Amino acid sequence: MYSDKVMDHFKNPRNVGEIENADGIGEVGNPVCGDIMKIFLKIENNIVTDAKFKTFGCGAAIASSSMATELVRGKTLEEAWEVSNQAVAEALEGLPPIKMHCSVLAEEGIHKAINDYRVKKGLEPWVEKNPHSHEHDEMTCEH
Amino acid sequence: MGAQRIIYMDHSATTFVKPEVVTAMIPYFTEHFGNPSSIYSIARESKNAIDAARVQTAKALGADPDEIYFTSGGSESDNWAIKGVAYANRKRGNHIITSAIEHHAVLHTCQFLEKEGFEVTYLPVDQYGLVDPAVLEKAITDKTILITIMYANNEIGTIEPIAELGAIARKHKIYFHTDAVQAIGSVPIDVKAQNIDLLSLSAHKFYGPKGTGALYIKKGVRIENLIHGGGQERRKRAGTENISGIVGLGKAIEMVTADIPGHSAKIRAMRDRLVKGVLAAIPNARLNGNPEKRLAGNFNVSFEFIEGESMLLWLDDEGICASTGSACTSGSLEPSHVLLATGLPVEISHGSLRLTLGDANTDKDVDVVLEVLPKVVAKLRDMSPLYQKSGKEGGCNV
Ligand code: FES
Repeated sequence: MYSDKVMDHFKNPRNVGEIENADGIGEVGNPVCGDIMKIFLKIENNIVTDAKFKTFGCGAAIASSSMATELVRGKTLEEAWEVSNQAVAEALEGLPPIKMHCSVLAEEGIHKAINDYRVKKGLEPWVEKNPHSHEHDEMTCEH
Repeated sequence: MGAQRIIYMDHSATTFVKPEVVTAMIPYFTEHFGNPSSIYSIARESKNAIDAARVQTAKALGADPDEIYFTSGGSESDNWAIKGVAYANRKRGNHIITSAIEHHAVLHTCQFLEKEGFEVTYLPVDQYGLVDPAVLEKAITDKTILITIMYANNEIGTIEPIAELGAIARKHKIYFHTDAVQAIGSVPIDVKAQNIDLLSLSAHKFYGPKGTGALYIKKGVRIENLIHGGGQERRKRAGTENISGIVGLGKAIEMVTADIPGHSAKIRAMRDRLVKGVLAAIPNARLNGNPEKRLAGNFNVSFEFIEGESMLLWLDDEGICASTGSACTSGSLEPSHVLLATGLPVEISHGSLRLTLGDANTDKDVDVVLEVLPKVVAKLRDMSPLYQKSGKEGGCNV
């Protein structure tokens, strides 16, 4: 059911854990199936220098967290913000349609962590371009 | 992976077919393949084989052979029993009573009938999954035409008080159907003593072939046909008989009901060792279902702070086949309706694992699971944000 890449990131997840005194933390819950993802970012000079996660969820959720943290490392905040759930899913060589919402969770976790950082710095939080990401879910909840 | 031994602990999903059953079936593919409706002699062989299987099946249930109708499996039997009784008795009333923890073959059929103008009461269950006979009796109205309650639950293994529920139905002259798909071979069944009017069963749950089942219909029950067409099964179920399947069902049910207490004791011993070992080795784990009134092979447990699909993936990596009530694996992304009906919170139903033991298992399998499972749970808890939180609060972990 899962691609080799998903299984690889599920079985050998990169960046599991927490960052002490993280600059940005984003905890998101999945409205579709009730799972939870927590993203920790270390940010220096507008660059994500470290990213870690903790996830309570399915294989796709764990693999998406792992891949998303990989993708944002080394990126500027602006670039990291642009890492979409599709990019995460593509990097994982695809997710089953019903599991796309798990990658949405990763995108939202990253966004929340970035905004947590921005708010702490006294900056305006960025606005979700696609606040109704649940729409993806409706599209994918077919069976 | 490769030549890794498979540890199959998902007998409630399906079972392997016993070699004796396969042997009994083979001649009906190759030699005695005649259509039982034809008159030449090779067709008579097929006819006789079906009759013999009907006797075997009837004997296992305490029924008469002419009360047994072969079907394509448990789902068809459930659909036929419920829709058939509902439509045939519509003039008497439009109320059906079932439970909240039925198999979807029953629940979705009832929901379909609701769209057709029937009213359905879904009885609640207690924390162990038991239906209360007193609550059933209170739900009965003068419009009630059918009560359908499963014999034993497929997820948590709880065995319902069928004889008592049947007696209440009898007292009120209401038809009583039970989905006994999980119960055959695990509990002794006597349809007469237990006041059962209709009973569904499926061969692939007791070491028979897939695609074959039966519906017991007590003589005199008013029921419409579900499958229309030819005059097979005494004009009640059309379609050329699945002869080899029916032969397999007959052989399998004969074997699995030959020594129910002895066989159950063997499976229960393995299961009990597994339950004890898992609960001792893994903190924050809870047994789902009734501790006593449960199927011998069923173990359903929830591990807090983790999700079931990720557990299954790791277990599969070790060759262990199991299942879960987690929303993430359900196709509909809804958690198990059975676990929720027992009052289990959604997060905890998420971390449920069902191991169902049977004849594919040995004591060695139990040892392997006892070795592997605690590691899998620990690994997933390590990456769970919930576990960490709870640890900080001093709630758990060792
Ligand atoms: S986290 Fe529930 S389906 Fe992926």
